[in-house]
Amino acid sequence: MTTGRSVSIWFFIGISLLINGVLILGAGIYEYSHPPAPEAQVVLFRLHASVWWGGLMTLIGALYSWRYAPSRAS
Amino acid sequence: MTLALVASSTSSLVHLAPIDMVIVVFYFGLVLAIGFYLKGQANTGEDFFMAGREMTAWVAGLSFLSANLGALELMGWAGSAYQYGILATHWYWIGAIPAMLFLALVMMPFYYISKTHSVPGYLKLRFGEPARVLSAVSFAFMTVLMSGVNMFAMAKVMQIVLGWDLNFSIWVSSLTVAVYVTLGGLRSAIFNEVLQFFLIWAGALLIPILGLYEAGGWSNLKVLITQRASEQYVHMWSTLGTFSGNPMGIHWTGIVFGLGAVISMGYWTTDFLVVQRILAAKDIRSAEMAPIIGAGFKMMVPIIVILPGLLGLGLLPMKLVPESVAVATHGYSYNDVLPLMLARYCGPGLLGLGITALIAGFMSGMAGNVSAFTTVWTYDIYRPLINSKGSDHHYVNMGRWTTVIGVLISVGTAYLVMHSASIMDYVQALFSFFIAPLFGTVVLGMLWKRATGAGGFWGLLCGTLSSISMWAWVKVDPTALRYVALSPDAKALAQDMYQALWSFLICVTVTVVVSLAGKPRPDSELAGLVYGQTQIPSVGDVPWYQKPLFWAAVVAIVFFVLNIIFW
Repeated sequence: MTTGRSVSIWFFIGISLLINGVLILGAGIYEYSHPPAPEAQVVLFRLHASVWWGGLMTLIGALYSWRYAPSRAS
Repeated sequence: MTLALVASSTSSLVHLAPIDMVIVVFYFGLVLAIGFYLKGQANTGEDFFMAGREMTAWVAGLSFLSANLGALELMGWAGSAYQYGILATHWYWIGAIPAMLFLALVMMPFYYISKTHSVPGYLKLRFGEPARVLSAVSFAFMTVLMSGVNMFAMAKVMQIVLGWDLNFSIWVSSLTVAVYVTLGGLRSAIFNEVLQFFLIWAGALLIPILGLYEAGGWSNLKVLITQRASEQYVHMWSTLGTFSGNPMGIHWTGIVFGLGAVISMGYWTTDFLVVQRILAAKDIRSAEMAPIIGAGFKMMVPIIVILPGLLGLGLLPMKLVPESVAVATHGYSYNDVLPLMLARYCGPGLLGLGITALIAGFMSGMAGNVSAFTTVWTYDIYRPLINSKGSDHHYVNMGRWTTVIGVLISVGTAYLVMHSASIMDYVQALFSFFIAPLFGTVVLGMLWKRATGAGGFWGLLCGTLSSISMWAWVKVDPTALRYVALSPDAKALAQDMYQALWSFLICVTVTVVVSLAGKPRPDSELAGLVYGQTQIPSVGDVPWYQKPLFWAAVVAIVFFVLNIIFW
């Protein structure tokens, strides 16, 4: 939604997903390259959820941020 | 929930890494930034209280749903799923979907045509000032209590999961909500609710995905639950033939008539907290589509709330217990299941997102309560009873101040809630006090032109008082449960269902009797307020696949199929 003179709400959502996604992806890659001790690992650590979940959020966030960017809307 | 439990929780479930703290702080920064950004767009009453009535169906629909995704949803129902099994899903399906569709197709046109600012505002138009004031005062009372419940639940989660001090959590969250709602009004609340909706899904959806992977799929999870609890925990309807045949101690009549026909109808169609979001829609088609969109997503919410509770029942190595036992044994209670599952699967980064999802859920519920309270106080209590001659600017200022005061009252309520035995029972009791009779009054007002002002007022008053009386009766004499809930085997949630049903019937009966004894209003005064006296506006010349009726039918079919699958 836009209010005519305001930034779309979907842009804010895109930015939120993008930044959170990048942070999670970065943390996941770090954990992948520097695995914690086995007793400190979460269940199903081997699936590296941070990497693919963070990557998915980054992708969706980037798409929303680009599609609803104020410059495109104007 | 007791003070003892609060005091006993000295260690935390998880420890946040710096990356998690960055994600949490970023969330707080973003919601505040949105509030400041929207400050300049909340200058008139229509902007501040109704978000300019320019929301699209999607924004209004997601906000409608998100305002309900508060503490009760995330923590409470995950705990209930652990405690009662898949039966808890009834509160998302039969306890929501029919009511949302009824709101969209039957009630929304009347709310929208009347251009009311609130549900009590509709009662003023239909039944007169006494009914409006009674409903506005009871709503305002319920709203600040609900807000306090949200606030306390959030602080409790932060204490259990992170070891944060209760006072710190309460004040940080409440001040954040106060700032962004005071600055941007309903528009700011709606923007943040839609943002929170996405964060909640992003943060919570991993638990069922990874949980089902670990369990080996839904079929294996059912086997695990049957081994650790009972087969009763994985059936929605087949165990409801008797009160004693299911973990909830409820009969199907309580679910269908108490929950489906009264409590959910009352909540989703007359609770101004959620209805306010729809009133902000830009046109009649958006107003009708918004609850249908909300219903579509509501059917999926059990994936991130009920399923984690069931996964906890099937997978967690420890056994969760009631609050009182958890206090005595220093164990984990049912309400801890969601944080425990979060800690089980989420490492650095994901944990921060999961915690942010919880905070977002709590804050959206709190903001919803505060913005609704502000509107009802300003338009339905302050303006008619205290100062009816103020300018639009004066009422906007009153709305901003009321937001701050409402938050402060909620903070006080949060401290009171620490003395409550159970968050869930407390909230359910509140629902049945006020919501069920209100639904009786509103639906009669919309569908029966013979209902009079006196009938509406006395029906609402008697229904509310009867509900409080039944609750007090069982509190004083627990054996009275056999009369209120029709069985000595009934449990707390079953009591709430029947209490709501009786109070609704009393409200309807009193309204009908008093109305028939009085003089009816002329038909000309009921235009735009009552079915049969109102020209229902068209949703416009749109293709069949854009009509609300088509999408309501799609949602209804999926609803029936899901209930049959999990029968």
